Amino acid sequence: MRFLLPLAAFIVLVGFLAVGLGLKPREIPSPLVGKPAPVFQSPRLHEPDQILSSKDNLGKVWLLNVWASWCVSCREEHPLLVELSKSGIVPIYGLNYKDKPELALQWLGQYGDPYTVSVVDPEGRIGIDYGVYGVPETYVIDKNGVIRHKQIGPVTIESLEKKILPLIKELQG
Amino acid sequence: MTPDLLNTCVRKKITLMLILALMSPLSWAKEAAPVAEDPVIEKRMLALSEDLRCLVCQNESLAGSRADFANDLRREIREQLKEGKKDQEIIDFLVTRYGDFVLYNPPIKPTTYLLWIGPFAFLLIGAGILFFYLKMRRRQVEEPPLTEDQHRHAESLLKEDKGNNA
Repeated sequence: MRFLLPLAAFIVLVGFLAVGLGLKPREIPSPLVGKPAPVFQSPRLHEPDQILSSKDNLGKVWLLNVWASWCVSCREEHPLLVELSKSGIVPIYGLNYKDKPELALQWLGQYGDPYTVSVVDPEGRIGIDYGVYGVPETYVIDKNGVIRHKQIGPVTIESLEKKILPLIKELQG
Repeated sequence: MTPDLLNTCVRKKITLMLILALMSPLSWAKEAAPVAEDPVIEKRMLALSEDLRCLVCQNESLAGSRADFANDLRREIREQLKEGKKDQEIIDFLVTRYGDFVLYNPPIKPTTYLLWIGPFAFLLIGAGILFFYLKMRRRQVEEPPLTEDQHRHAESLLKEDKGNNA
């Protein structure tokens, strides 16, 4: 009994700490999940004289990937996105966030361009509408234009296989 | 020169030096130019962003953070204030995009019950444990009465001690 109580308290403490270690305080759940994706109209990166409206994507499942040439972790996820785009499972649209077009184009030339279309957001205004606070971020948007999932930080093989791909399959079905 | 005269002399010199210092070009330089032209809006923006959290550096307020992200949001708040929006409208705008997490003063609702009530609950639990612990200890500390034999033994020991000291 003398050791039982401190031991129990210790185990409870370790339990709390173990859970705490697994939490990711950087990943703040987005209130936009389950809500219609904010509509944007913005010039394309490759053809600045053409405007892309997010409404054009109604009726299909698509990914919106927020990226920038200055973003280091974007490089981390980039090969995966290139591979995903080659598979043709889902179109990936890029939101070139607070970037310079010439640097962005050079970056795509160097690492490959997985995007069906990239639109530019030089001042981060579309970013604010989508609640972007750390690049890269990836949104899964369904046929009705509703955000179904938000990935904060780089897409990984694990997050693709466990969450994003099954969700896309379900939404496309 | 009498000390008095010397004093006036020194004083005059000091005054002259002060005047010269004030006239130097440096002293004419203005303070850093304000970022926005309108001081009223700037003041409201600062007051508002004191209570909002920067999501990039989570321990800083939007007002205090130098992150690029905080800059953008401050610009957004400034613009919306210029459009004549109310503080609450701007807070709602940010909460729909970033969630309650941006608020340093989150609303009381089921998801934040633990946050608001938790500390008091822990205080109560702690006070309860302390109360029972003290009660238990008092019972343990109470001296059990000595038996007749122990009494005699103790007395003889005390006597012996006195004898030694004398």
